[in-house]
Amino acid sequence: MDSNSQTEINDYQVPGFILNSSSRRSISSIQSKTSGGHSIREVSFGELGSKPIRHGSRGADSEGFSASYKEINDDDARLIYINDPERTNEKFEFAGNSIRTGKYSVLTFLPRNLFEQFHRVAYIYFLVIAILNQLPQLAVFGRGASILPLAFVLLVTAIKDAYEDYRRHRSDKIENSRLAWVLVNEQFQHIRWKEIRVGEIIKVSANETLPCDMVLLSTSETTGVAYVQTTNLDGESNLKTRYAKQETQMKNPENEKISGLIKCEKPNRNIYGFQANMDIDGKRVSLGPSNIILRGCELKNTEWAIGVAVFAGRETKAMLNNSGAPSKRSQLETRMNREIIFLSIFLVALCVIVSICHGVWLRNHKDELDLMQFYRKKDYSESDVENYNYYGWGMEIFFVFLMSVIVFQIMIPISLYISMELVRVGQAFFMIRDNRMYDEASNSRFQCRALNINEDLGQIKYIFSDKTGTLTENKMEFQCASIGGIDYSNAKDSNEDGQTGGGPFLRPKMKVKVDRGLLNISKNKHTSEGRYVNDFFIALAACNTIVPLTVDTPDPAVKLIDYQGESPDEQALVYAAAAYGYMLIERTSGHIVIDIQGERQRFDVLGLHEFDSDRKRMSVILGCPDKTVKVFVKGADTSMFSVIDRSLNLNMLKATEDHLHAYSSKGLRTLVVGMRELSPSEFEQWHSSYESASTALMGRAALLRKVASNIEHHLSLLGASGIEDKLQQGVPEAIESLRKAGINVWVLTGDKQETAISIGYSSKLLTSAMTQIVINNNSKDSCRKSLQDALIMCKKLSTDSDATSGGSGNRANQLALIIDGTSLVYILDTDLEEQLFELSSKCNVVLCCRVAPLQKAGIVALIKNRTDDMTLAIGDGANDVSMIQMADVGIGISGQEGRQAVMASDFAMGQFRFLVPLLLVHGHWNYQRMSYMILYNFYRNAVFVLVLFWYVLFTSFTLTTAITDWSSVLYSVIYTSVPTIVIGVLDKDLSRTSLLKHPQLYGAGQRQESYNGKLFWVTMLDTLWQSIAAFFVPLLAYWGSDIDGSSLGDLWTLAAVIMVNIHLAMDVIRWYRITHAAIWGSIVATFVCVMVIDVLPFLPGYWAFFRIAGTGLFWLCLLGITIGALVPRFVVKVFVQYCRPDDIQIAREAEKFRNSRDPQDAQIEMNQVLDPPRT
Amino acid sequence: MNSNTPSSSAGGPGSADLATPRRNSKRPKYSRFTQQELPACKPILTPKWVISTFLLVSVVFIPIGVVSLLASRDVVEIVNQYETECIPEESRNDKVGFIQSSQDKNCSRTLRVPKDMKQPIYVYYQLDNFYQNHRRYVKSRSDQQLRNPGSEHSTDACEPEEKTNSGIIVPCGLIAWSLFNDTYAFSRNNQQLAINKRGISWKSDRDHKFGKRVYPKNFQNGTLIGGGRLNTSKPLSEQEDLIVWMRTAALPTFRKLYGKIEMDLQTGDVIDVSLQNNYNTYSFNGKKKLVLSTTSWLGGKNDFIGIAYLTVGGLCFFLAVVFTLIYLIMPRQLGDPSYLSWNRNPGGHLAS
Repeated sequence: MDSNSQTEINDYQVPGFILNSSSRRSISSIQSKTSGGHSIREVSFGELGSKPIRHGSRGADSEGFSASYKEINDDDARLIYINDPERTNEKFEFAGNSIRTGKYSVLTFLPRNLFEQFHRVAYIYFLVIAILNQLPQLAVFGRGASILPLAFVLLVTAIKDAYEDYRRHRSDKIENSRLAWVLVNEQFQHIRWKEIRVGEIIKVSANETLPCDMVLLSTSETTGVAYVQTTNLDGESNLKTRYAKQETQMKNPENEKISGLIKCEKPNRNIYGFQANMDIDGKRVSLGPSNIILRGCELKNTEWAIGVAVFAGRETKAMLNNSGAPSKRSQLETRMNREIIFLSIFLVALCVIVSICHGVWLRNHKDELDLMQFYRKKDYSESDVENYNYYGWGMEIFFVFLMSVIVFQIMIPISLYISMELVRVGQAFFMIRDNRMYDEASNSRFQCRALNINEDLGQIKYIFSDKTGTLTENKMEFQCASIGGIDYSNAKDSNEDGQTGGGPFLRPKMKVKVDRGLLNISKNKHTSEGRYVNDFFIALAACNTIVPLTVDTPDPAVKLIDYQGESPDEQALVYAAAAYGYMLIERTSGHIVIDIQGERQRFDVLGLHEFDSDRKRMSVILGCPDKTVKVFVKGADTSMFSVIDRSLNLNMLKATEDHLHAYSSKGLRTLVVGMRELSPSEFEQWHSSYESASTALMGRAALLRKVASNIEHHLSLLGASGIEDKLQQGVPEAIESLRKAGINVWVLTGDKQETAISIGYSSKLLTSAMTQIVINNNSKDSCRKSLQDALIMCKKLSTDSDATSGGSGNRANQLALIIDGTSLVYILDTDLEEQLFELSSKCNVVLCCRVAPLQKAGIVALIKNRTDDMTLAIGDGANDVSMIQMADVGIGISGQEGRQAVMASDFAMGQFRFLVPLLLVHGHWNYQRMSYMILYNFYRNAVFVLVLFWYVLFTSFTLTTAITDWSSVLYSVIYTSVPTIVIGVLDKDLSRTSLLKHPQLYGAGQRQESYNGKLFWVTMLDTLWQSIAAFFVPLLAYWGSDIDGSSLGDLWTLAAVIMVNIHLAMDVIRWYRITHAAIWGSIVATFVCVMVIDVLPFLPGYWAFFRIAGTGLFWLCLLGITIGALVPRFVVKVFVQYCRPDDIQIAREAEKFRNSRDPQDAQIEMNQVLDPPRT
Repeated sequence: MNSNTPSSSAGGPGSADLATPRRNSKRPKYSRFTQQELPACKPILTPKWVISTFLLVSVVFIPIGVVSLLASRDVVEIVNQYETECIPEESRNDKVGFIQSSQDKNCSRTLRVPKDMKQPIYVYYQLDNFYQNHRRYVKSRSDQQLRNPGSEHSTDACEPEEKTNSGIIVPCGLIAWSLFNDTYAFSRNNQQLAINKRGISWKSDRDHKFGKRVYPKNFQNGTLIGGGRLNTSKPLSEQEDLIVWMRTAALPTFRKLYGKIEMDLQTGDVIDVSLQNNYNTYSFNGKKKLVLSTTSWLGGKNDFIGIAYLTVGGLCFFLAVVFTLIYLIMPRQLGDPSYLSWNRNPGGHLAS
C-alpha cells in the first residue's frame, strides 16, 4: 500500500491542488526540516530534480520516484564504509574529490578540440571540399587558398576554447587545493580537497564551504541540527536545516572509532532527494535528504559539523547539475535550412549543367583532343605515348562535376553560420547591456543563456506566464485577518515600537502594517475576543518551520530578528505575529520560545506534522506553559473546513467563510487556522502511534500522514489570514502592451479561481467588457459538455457581432477562458484536447488556475504542437521548469524562488515588465536584422557563384576562374563579410520609441514579414539579374579585345564586391559611423587586396589591376554594372514603399517627419512608462 | 552554474530594505552605444529623392553613352580572316596534313584601308575558338621558371611539356609550347611598312615576370611541335611575342598584339600582306584573323558600352517620368498614421 500512496504524493496531477505555489514551497521546506531529529522525508522532487536541465528526456522523469522509495537494490547501491576509505574505494569505482571542469589537457587539446569543432556540419562540408581540392585531378584552387578559411575559423575557435579552458583549469586548481579537516589516524588533519576520498570523515566549521556531499554524523548542536546555505547550489539564500541521526550524534570520532556501512543510491542530479540507509552499531537507520549536506553549500550558524563523504568530485550533486545552457534552434534558422536545401539543389543543378556541357564538348571534339594546343590529351615526352591526365570520357565528366562543386561551394553560405553566431553575440551584448532591463531590486542584468534563439523573440505569439513571483513580487505581506468571525482589515503603517523586553531589545527585521484595533485586543487576552486572538497568533508563530535568527545592528542595544524559512507565506505570518506582539525568538527541534507581549514563554514542540499535498495542511502539537497540550493546524480553506467541528460555532464559521471569499476576491492568499486541546489520553494515544510511525522502517511517510489525519479533526476554528502578494511594477501596462502587440497572454497559476480572476483584473488581463467562460468540472463528460457549450457560445457571439457591427466590433466581444486544473486533468492527453485548442484559439485571454507543474507543460504543448506559432513561457520557480523547457522560448525570472527556473531558461531577467522591451524592441530588432542578414547572405554568395558559373560557360566548361583563387576565398571572408555583421548587429528599422508606442508593429515578426519563401524567391530573381549584369557587361565590353584573363577577373571581382556592398548600403536604414566605415571600408579593402594580389610576381595576374585600372573602360564598366544591376531592385523598393507600404514603413516615415518636432518629449514619456520612479 | 562562483546576491527574502548600499552594482554602464542610441542618419526615399536620383543617373549616363559611342565609331578597324584562304586549294581537304607538312606556307593577302588611320596602328592576330582559358592549358606554366634562372626545375605544373629527352624545357608548359607563329609583313605600294615589335608586351612583365637571365632551353625539341620557336640567344625578357602570348586571354575569342605600324594610312590605301601561315588551328576548327586597328581612349571598336549607357540613362529618365506620374496620381502623405494597418480596419488586426 505504501508504495502506491507514496507515488501519489509526487503526482502533481492530484486534483484540487490548493495553494499550489505555497504548497510547493512547503514541500521543499519539508525536505529540509524534520521534527524531533529522526523523522525522515521520503518525498522527493524526483520529477524536477532528476530531470536533465537540457531538453528533458521523458525517461528520466520516473527515476526519481522509484529510486526515492524502493528499498535500495544491492546492485544499484553504493556501499560506503564509514571511516574506512580504503575498503570503500577498494574497487576504485568511486570518483575522487578532485574536479575537472576543464575539457582538455595540453596533450588532448588538439585532437579533442578539432573533434568537437567538426561536430558542426558546416565544418565538415568545408573540410570535405578542402580535401577534394587536394586531389591533383581536382585541384581547382591553390592548396593554401583552399585551406585558409577553414584553418582560420578553426584557429580562432581553438584559441577561444583554449582560453576558456585555461580559466576553467585555473579555477579547478584553486578549488582542488582548498583545505578541509579530514579524520586521519583518529585525528583531524588539514587535507587538500582533491585528496578527500569517499568514506572519509570530514569536519566543517562555520562559514566554510563543503568539499563534497556528505552524510551528517554529528554537529555542534546537541539536537544534531546544522544550518546550511545553498546559494551556490540553487540560489536560495535562506538557511536550510539538516540533521544528524541521533545514533551518530553522540559519538565523537576523535575519541571512539565510528564504523558503519552506508548503502546509498547511485549519484544523481536530484538536489532535493537522497535515499540511503546506514547500518551502525547493529541498527539500521534510514537516511533521507535532510541528512545529507551537499558540496558547494556553506555551513552557517553551526559551530561545526562532522560528516562522512558519500559522493565526491564529479559525482557530487553540485557537479552533476553543472550543466550548460540549453540549446534550441530558432524558427528562423529552421526555415533558413529549408532555403539552404533549395540552394543545394541550385548548386547541384549548376554542377550538372556544367558537367553535361563538358561531356558534350568532349564528345564533339573527341577526335581533336590529341592535337589541340590547349588540350593536348597525349603526353609525348615519354617514349610510349600515353594519355596525359585524361581518364576517359565518363571520369572526366565526373571530375568536372566534383570540381564544379569545389568552385561553386560558397553557394551554400557556410560563412553565414559563423556570421549568425557573431551577430547573435552582438545582439546578446546589447540585450545584456540594456539599462531598461536591469533590475535594481535584485541587482541583476538581463541574461542570455541560449545564444541561438535571439530572433525568436521577435515572433512570439503566445506567452504562458506563471503568476506567483512572475506577475507578482512573491513578497508576501500580511494584510488582514478574520479572527473569531470578526474581520480586521484596517491595517496601517505603525511607527510605534510596542516592544519592551529584558536584555537586548529585539525587533523583527521587517515591519508589518498593523490594525490598531486588533493590536489593542491582542494586548488584552482576557476578553473572549482576546482569547481567540491569542490562540490565533500563537498558532501563527508556532505552526510553521521558520527559524529565527538574531542579527546584530550598529546599535548594540537593538537586535533584529530575521525569520529564515523557505515559504514566504510562513515568513509573512510570523512577521505579522511578531508585529502584534507574538514574537518567535527561538526554535529548536524540541521547543520554541515566543515573546508574548514582552513575556517570554516556552512551548514544548511535541510533534509536527508537515505539510503535504494530500492533507494540504500542517499541524504542530504544543505543550503549553500552562501544561495543556494543544494541536494547532493551519491549511488551505477547503481542507480545513472538512476537519473543523461545525457544531461548535456555526455563525463564526459562516462569517469566516464570507471573509475568506472577500479576501480571495481581493486577490489575497488565504489560510485557515484551527486548534484543539488534547486530553491526556488522546495525547498518549497520539504520542505512541507517532513514535512508532516515525521510527518505522517502511512507509514512514504514509504512516505519519495517517497519524496526522487522526489528530486533525474536530478542530475549533480560530480564524483566517489574508496575505497579499503584490503585483510587480508595471505588470498591467506590460500586459496591455503585449496584448496590443497581438500576443496571447495565458496565465497559469496554482492559485484558486477567485484569486486568479482577481489578479487577472488587477493586471488588466481581464476587463469587465469580456465575456468569461468558466470551465470547472469534475468529470470527463461534464468537461466535454462545457467545452461544447462554450464553443457554441463562441460561435454565437462571433456571428452576433458580425451581424451587428460588421466585423469592426470584435473588441466588444472579447472572450476570456478560465479553466481549472481538475478539468485539465480530464482534458489534456485525451480527445478533448482538440476542442480545448479550438476554444482557446478563439479566446483572447486564458487563465488556468490550480494547475500542477506538469500540466503547465501540457498546456504549452497543446499550443506548440498544433500551430506554427512561437510560444514563450515565463516563470520563476521550480514548478515552471517543465513549461520553460517545453516552450520555444523559456524565460526565467531571477526572483525569490531560487535558480531552478533560471537554470532551465533561455533568457533570464528580473521583472515581468522587461518582457515588453525584450520582445517589442530587442526581439523585433533581432528578427529584422537576422532575417535581412540571411537573405542578404544568400544573395551575396549566389551572385558570386553565378558570376563564376557564367564564366565557366566560356571556358569550354572546365571550371577555370578568371577571378583569382585568393579573391574567391577572400570574397566571403574579407570583401563582404564585415558590413553584413555590422548591419546585423546595429541596424534598426525603427526606434525604440516608435516600437513601444505602437506595439502592433510587433506583428511583422509574427507574420514572418521579413523572411519568407516569397522574399527568398524574389531575392533569387534579383540575384540572377545582378549576376548577369555583373558578368555580361565586361564580357561584351571586352569581347574580341586583347584583354587577358587576370585583368578581366579583377574587374569581375571588383564589380561583384562593389555591387554587393552598394546593394547592402541601399537597404541600410540607419547610417552610423561604423556602418559607413564597414561598407566603404570593405570596398577599399577589396581594392587593396586586389592590388596586393597583383603585385606578387609569381602569380600569373601580375600587375593586371594596375594596367586595367589605367583605362577608362574599366571605370565605365564598374559604374555601369553597379547602376545597371541595382536599378530593378531600386525601382521595386521605391514602388513597394510608396504604393504598398507596410506598417514598419509608415512608422519609419512618421518617425522621420512627424516626431522630428518632439523627439525629446516622446523619449521622456517612454521612460516613465518603462521606469516608474522607484519607491 | 559553477559551484565555485561566489554568490554576490546574498540578500534573502525580506532583506531588500537592509539599507546597505551594494558596492558592486551590476547596472550596465550607460553609454549611447550600449543603449543603441547612437546618432544616425536615416535616409528615407521621398519622391524628391527618388526623382532626383533617376534624373541624376540619366543626366550622367546619357552623355557618357554618347561620348563612348562616338569614340567607338572613330576607331578604324580592318579585319581579314585568312585561315582557309591561306591553304592551297588542293590541300583544303586535309588542312591539318598541310599545316603539319613542311610545304611552303607563304600566303599573301590584300587589305584596303576604308578610312584614314592615324598612327600608331596596332596589328593584332585574332584567334576564335581557341580556349586559352581552358583549365588544362591555363595551369600549364611555371612562373617561377620564367622569372628565375635558379628555379629551372620547378616544373610541377608543366606536364606534359615538362622535359624532353635532352632535359628540362625552358619555358615549359603548354602555353609556351603553343606559341603563335604566323608572321606578317606589310607593304604599301611595294614599299615595306615597318612593324615595330618592341614594347608590345607589358613593361611589368618584361621587368619582373620574365627573367633577364633566363634563356630558352630544349624548347620545341619534342616529338610534337606546338608552335613557334624561340631564339635561344635572347633572354625571355626580350622574347616579346612569348610574353604577349603567355598573358592568357580571358575569352575563347581573343586578339593579341603583333606589332605597331607607326605610320598614318590614308583612305583607299592598299596594303599587301605577306604572311606565313604556320600555326595549326585546323585541328580544332579555329579561325585566324589579321586585324589592323587604331584605338581611342576607350580601347578598340566596341559599341556595347555606349549603347548600354544610353539604355540605362534613357530607362532612368523614363522611370523618373513614371514615378513623377505615380506621385501625382496617387499622392500619399509620408508617415500618415492613418495608413497603419490597425488604423485602416480597427480591431481586425487583433482578431486575425
